[in-house]
Formats: sequence, structure tokens, C-alpha cells
Amino acid sequence: MNVVPRASQWGELIRADRVHGSLYTDPAIFEAELQNIWYRTWVYVGHESEVPNANDYVVKSIGPQSVIMTRDEQGKINLLLNRCSHRGNQVCSYDKGNARSFTCPFHSWTFANDGRLVGYAFPDGYEGQDRSKLALGRVTRVQSYRGFVFGSFAAEGPTLEEHLGGAAETIDRLVRFSPEGEVEVTAGFLKHRVKANWKFILENECDGYHPAFVHSSIFGVADSAIGKLYGGASTAVTRDYGNGHTEIDLRPEFRKRDAPMSWFGTTEERLPDYTARMKAAYGNEQAREIMIDGTPHVMIFPNLFIAEIQMFVIQPLAVDDSVQHVTALQFKGAPDMNRRLRQQTMGSVGPAGLLLADDSEMYERCHRGVLARSPEWIFLGRGEQRERQDELGFKIGHVTDEIPSRGIWRHYRSLMEAV
Amino acid sequence: MLSRESSATLISAVTAFIYKEARLQDEHQYEAWEALWTDDGVYWVPANGDDIDPEKEMSIIYDNRSRISLRIKQLLTGKRHTQTPQSRLRRLVSNIELLDGQPGGDISVASNSMVFESSLRDDTIWAARNEYRLRYVDGELRMAYKKVNLVNNEKALFTLSFLI
Ligand code: FES
Ligand SMILES: [Fe+2]
Repeated sequence: MNVVPRASQWGELIRADRVHGSLYTDPAIFEAELQNIWYRTWVYVGHESEVPNANDYVVKSIGPQSVIMTRDEQGKINLLLNRCSHRGNQVCSYDKGNARSFTCPFHSWTFANDGRLVGYAFPDGYEGQDRSKLALGRVTRVQSYRGFVFGSFAAEGPTLEEHLGGAAETIDRLVRFSPEGEVEVTAGFLKHRVKANWKFILENECDGYHPAFVHSSIFGVADSAIGKLYGGASTAVTRDYGNGHTEIDLRPEFRKRDAPMSWFGTTEERLPDYTARMKAAYGNEQAREIMIDGTPHVMIFPNLFIAEIQMFVIQPLAVDDSVQHVTALQFKGAPDMNRRLRQQTMGSVGPAGLLLADDSEMYERCHRGVLARSPEWIFLGRGEQRERQDELGFKIGHVTDEIPSRGIWRHYRSLMEAV
Repeated sequence: MLSRESSATLISAVTAFIYKEARLQDEHQYEAWEALWTDDGVYWVPANGDDIDPEKEMSIIYDNRSRISLRIKQLLTGKRHTQTPQSRLRRLVSNIELLDGQPGGDISVASNSMVFESSLRDDTIWAARNEYRLRYVDGELRMAYKKVNLVNNEKALFTLSFLI
């Protein structure tokens, strides 16, 4: 349509069990998403462990915008926009480093790593100017949850904890896999670009319907037990936490197996050091429960996907251009475990990944597919008739049901209608 | 130091090996390509620079011999969707140069390559510096190590599911 729908019109494109194909391909809708989602709601930016020391910085993004995440001398995390307040040059051209200040190469304005303008060249030309009004732009609100740093450009609105809602518990569940209760993001990111709309990625992360087909090539030859988790007889569930957050909860299957570390295709005996540290940290019984349950598989709307052993950050660049940033999760105090996590992750994800290259192929084919004009709609009704509620009142369904997509679109609609 | 003749013989043998490897890759002759590896082969495509520590940081590919074999088995299923249909490929290899010998006696050699890939998505050009360690096994040259330093490995890359 190339004209942004008015608030009242989103319902014509987003129904309970179907969405219109143009939502993935219309450049005007993409622009509206930047304003209403990416530059308003809470977006995951980086992890505190990426800037462990004072003056460390790492360049991240919110949508197409480059964001410098710094830890200033006081130890505070800042999210600064990589744009000189003079004439707009990018002030930082390196991916990461340690710097007290950033000097713009164009006319040598210098900014402290908390964003303050601390000096400009030939200052007599600026006599009477108020330097404090010429600081770097910044992400308006910055909040962390267990080391995960989120930013929101909206001055007001839900707090991060309100936004995470029930899904915060999945992050609590994740960090327990460290005997010290902390995740570390230290293994570097693979950056995998796809010629597809970002929402194909978002919706696929908790789609339990596709693995049996998209990944059959690797499940078959790797003698993997993963395929069964996503089979018709699986007791695993999909869950809608609200606010667009969705999960595939595999714990029912892992609890049936009743074997610690089986979720990771290994045993306690093969990770003696990790097992000992977990038992020392949590006691035998709780450590056993944690190691049976496995790490979560959760998509935190709109861009943080925790996929058991790795995490992805989804970045939209244009309506048909997206990047998946992916790294192995690392657990503080778990060196033997971390090594395996890196090896497994490297094999599975990124441009040459034995799993993700095939998912990404589907994103690109979907994007080209929906350019066809008929049947217009994407049908997301799988399992609608058998939705039920868990004990906390969240919607759940069979692992192959499209509860996650329906939850994502319900939240999406509310964000797009709100402006 | 090799004599001039033996150096010329070696470089021609190595060049023939590298051209053959390139052809097997371009033509998706997966099993023949796998047979070029020694039993301890390592296939490495770093990300974010050429000098990262692959034991600590993420690489695009960091396959030991058994993972090379798994990668090939997956391609052979015919259900590796990103290679179904297969990419059409042709690569040029040049600047083949013998480097200083390896402690274990392996032959150290480097080349540059440029690959033109035509896939469902689009046409894509890949460029790389390739570092090999080759070894004679039963009279035949084999690869014990291949490292592919993609020129743009610091950037976001499209899917790379053919043999680079
Ligand atoms: S644009 Fe940065 S100093 Fe002029
Ligand atoms: Fe998948």
C-alpha cells in the first residue's frame, strides 16, 4: 500500500489467526515499525560483560542506528548514538575498545564516554555556546536485567521489568546455569545477513512446526535426539508470555528423560568440573533439577532470542534486509561447559551453520514468496482450537502450534495502534 | 632449502592440487573433496579478522575432521535446503606461494581466490586468502589444514553453505 495504515486500520491487516503479506514487504510499514517498535519499546542492545572494565566500549545497534555502549569511569553503562552533534559524522569507527573519550575525525570535537562534549577545536568560534546542550545523543532510557542491557527511546512507558513480564523468569532460569549466577557474552558474534524481513526471523524462533522438515538433513546424519522434541508425540509446549515474548518449553520432555545434561546431549560424567561446581553452588538436589531442565528457548520481543546454548540479536536494516548477530552463551565459572557451548554453537549457527543456514534459506524464500499477490494472507491458525492455559495463566499449546506467532502479532498490533 | 628444481616440482604439484580442490568445490563433488583431507584435518573460516583465537571466539567454520565429515553428509542428503538447488559456482585461484615449512614437515602454501556464486537469493562474490598445510600420504598430496580468510569476514555475511 506504501501508505502507513491509520491506527484504526491495523485490524484489517492483522486478524487473530492470519496476517496480511504486505506487513512483511511494504517499505512504509517498515518505517512505521522503526518508529513504533524499534524507537519506542524496550530493545535489547548488549550485555554488561561485553564492557567489563571502566572505559570499555562496544558498538551495537538499534535497528539501522549505530549505538555505542560504554562503561564510563563511574562504571555506569551508557547507550550513545554514534553521531557527532556537530555535523553528524560517526564518532566511533571501531567495533570495540577502551577509550575515555571519542574524538570526531571531521572537526575534532571530543566527547567523554558518558556523552558529554568536553572540547572542540578552535573554541573561540563558539564563545557563548552552552556545551552541555551539544552532547552526543543517547538512548533515553537504559535498564539492565541480570546483565542484559536494554534501551528505549521513549521517555515514558513501561519499565523494563513490566515489559519483560512473565518472560523475565526465563532469564532467571538461564543465569542459573552458571555456578555463579551470571551469563557472559565473551565469544564474539557471527553476523549473518538475510535478504528477508525481520519478522520472518522473529516468528521462526519459537516455531516448533518447522524443525522436523527444515532440519531433517542434519538431524538424520547427526543422530540427533532433537527431532523428537518437535514431533507429533512431543509433550513440549509453546507459550505466549504476552508483550510479544514467546517460548518453546522443552522441560516436559527433558523431565521425562530424567537425566542431567541430556538436554545438551551429554552427561554429568563428561562434565565433571561443571557438575561439581553446580552441586557446590546449588546443592545436589537443585543442581540436578537445573541440569535436567535445560536452558530456555525464548524469544524476547522484538530482538533477543535465547536459544538454549546461544543467543541471537535480530537487527532490521531495511524491509527486506536483516542481520542475525549470534554468539555462544557462556556461563561464569564453567570453563569446560563453555568450551562445548562454543563448539556446538559454531557448528550450528552463522552463515555456514548446519542449522541456521537452512532457517535463513526459509526466511529468504518466504520473503520472495509473499511478494505474490494471492492468497494475500499468512495463515497462523495452527492449534487455535487446542490452546490452553498453564498454571500461571499464560497461553500454551502443542510444541508445533502457532501460539507464538499469534502472540507476537497481537502485541505488534497493540504497538502499531498505540500511536 | 629446496633446490631450484625440487622447488619447481613442488610448486607445480601443489598448484595442481589446489586447482583440483577448486574444481571439486565448484562442482559440488562432496565425497571427492572430503577425500582430499588427512585424518587430522582442520577446516577453518574465521570471523571478525584473520587472527582470532578459534578456541575462544566464534568462527564461521571451525571443523575438526569429524565435523567436516558431518558437513559433507548433510550436503549429501539432498535436503540441505540452502544447497537445494545447489549454488552455481566458479572460482579463480591465483598467487599460489610456498611459505616457510611447518615443524611437522607439512608443506605450507597460500593462495588468493575469488568465487562467483549464483544462488536463488542473488549473485554473490566472495574473496579470500587461503592458507593450506599439505602433506604427502601414500604418495598423494592431502590437506591437513585449510584456513580461509574472507576479505569481508568482519561484516554481516550472507549464507555461505557451499564449500569455500
Ligand atoms: S562533524 Fe564531528 S566535529 Fe564536525
Ligand atoms: Fe530452525
